[in-house]
Amino acid sequence: MNKTVLIGMTALALAIGGCAKRTPPPTATTEPPVTQTNPNSTDPNSLEVVELPQLQADLVAKAGSDTVYFGTDEYSLDQATQTTLAAQARWLLATPNVRASIEGHCDERGTREYNQALGERRANAVRDYLLSQGVPTSRLVVTSWGKERPVATGSNEEAWAQNRRAVTVIIR
Amino acid sequence: MRMILLALLAGLAGTALAQDAPQDNPPELVGGSVRTSTAIAVPVMPGDVIGRQVAEVIASDLRSTGIFTPLGPSGLPSYAVEEAGNPAYPSWRNAGVAALVSGYIEQRPDGRITLACYLHDVTAGRELVHQGFAVTAADWRRAAHKCADLVYSRLSGQQPFLDTRIVYVAETGPKNNRQKRVALMDSDGSNHRYLTIGRNTVVTPRFSPRGDRLVYVSYIGRKPRVLLYEVASGQERLLIPGDHITFAPRFSPDGRDVVFSMAENGNTDIYVVSSSGGSPRRLTATPGADTSPSYSPDGRRIVFESDRSGTQQLYVMDADGSGQRRISFGGGRYASPDWSPTGNFIAFTKIAGPFRIGVMSPSGGGEKILTDGWQDEGPSWAPNGQFVMFHRTPQGAGSARLYAVPVDGGAARLMPTPVGGSDPSWSPLNN
Repeated sequence: MNKTVLIGMTALALAIGGCAKRTPPPTATTEPPVTQTNPNSTDPNSLEVVELPQLQADLVAKAGSDTVYFGTDEYSLDQATQTTLAAQARWLLATPNVRASIEGHCDERGTREYNQALGERRANAVRDYLLSQGVPTSRLVVTSWGKERPVATGSNEEAWAQNRRAVTVIIR
Repeated sequence: MRMILLALLAGLAGTALAQDAPQDNPPELVGGSVRTSTAIAVPVMPGDVIGRQVAEVIASDLRSTGIFTPLGPSGLPSYAVEEAGNPAYPSWRNAGVAALVSGYIEQRPDGRITLACYLHDVTAGRELVHQGFAVTAADWRRAAHKCADLVYSRLSGQQPFLDTRIVYVAETGPKNNRQKRVALMDSDGSNHRYLTIGRNTVVTPRFSPRGDRLVYVSYIGRKPRVLLYEVASGQERLLIPGDHITFAPRFSPDGRDVVFSMAENGNTDIYVVSSSGGSPRRLTATPGADTSPSYSPDGRRIVFESDRSGTQQLYVMDADGSGQRRISFGGGRYASPDWSPTGNFIAFTKIAGPFRIGVMSPSGGGEKILTDGWQDEGPSWAPNGQFVMFHRTPQGAGSARLYAVPVDGGAARLMPTPVGGSDPSWSPLNN
């Protein structure tokens, strides 16, 4: 056998290292797993945000809804949507010390990454409207869930219409 | 190389006539195109108790290529180690096969094993190729995949692709509360393991060009973020500084950079960042959703999708962002392009009612649709450019599944994942 190819060299080297030096295996680190290349750079754990369910329920009660809906592949706000958002803005102005995460969602009839972009467009349209109603920019964050969090599970126009939405989530 | 396969088939027909007995290996009609299927015997490998399992892996690998009908190891006669390189060709001819994979397993002084792998043209009665593969005993499946790759490569003329891995998003739970975890497995479904615990929603994991790192998107703090993951250690870190919405990451062919999308103020553009960190550099600045970037194999160009024209279409630009030009002009929308490792194709998702996987040339010509599902999306190339993996979502509440389809036509093959799956990424050939 003159043509023997050695494969799995890495596995072999690790096995030898383990016997000879007892190099500790990588464990769940307690250090921030983020390279501090920039002052903005952050540890994923520090990025967690806290939802406030009681205030969320209060927003729904007083503003009528925490959710607005969109047409297929659209992000424009119709009159009914603007009325809902104006009520949300009044609630936010009357409720200091909380922020709102404006979260765009899409139906399943778009590709994954395009929907991540489309969800941000929807959330951004809502954010712009809330800003126009006097809500300070520092109290609003924008995100996109793309098609990752459908509320309706069907594959029909009724389900898709429920999933094309932006939700105002109250956070600390 | 094609000639050998044809010669084997011609030989098989000759054998059938000589025996005056019908063979039940006619050309198979799949997906509207005629595909040949070479009968190839894979008996138990002598020399070690794992010889049966080794032969089973080789036979399974060869079947998955779509161009072989493997026989065995069950039902085939055994042979001695000494016969691996010198088989009894007449008796294999009588078995009705055109080719034979033989070999043996040998313990090495260093504690590892060697799998000796031989491929024979049974009709002509000669050896076509042999090679030995040394692995740790625990890695015996790797050696079997290498043997299958040797056979596939010799008879098809294509580069090997069977000794590879798949990273994908494993999906469990109901559609309105899906748990999504990054999972890694060998391309035949073995050695499956989860890399994330499922607390955060994850999407679009992609291999680095050497297969030692991944980039993927995880929802952390309610925003999609690009993470870089070291496969050997499990260490990971955020790749993009700041509190931005970032997604659609893919490595450059040299592994030094990661191209991705960032959404801000209702506009999504494509950026590139060093895979070792640092500040991103912007590549597109057109109003619209510019996303799903994928490098050409020489690293000089990037294909991406944009709806700047009003609908999702494919564009190609130089790697520095210059020279952006649209390449897709067929009816419908085009999304999630992936440039083939051989450079001559771009795979994409075509949206025209249903979602279908197709390929076109980098200049936009020669469009060919490969699949016929209701919602097929997210193509990823095998490292030899002969197969495209994607995920197929059923209508209603069912789970998505992974499939692989040959680029030259043929049926899509369901990948053996233990749970639902989406967003596959095919690794380069293992080292």
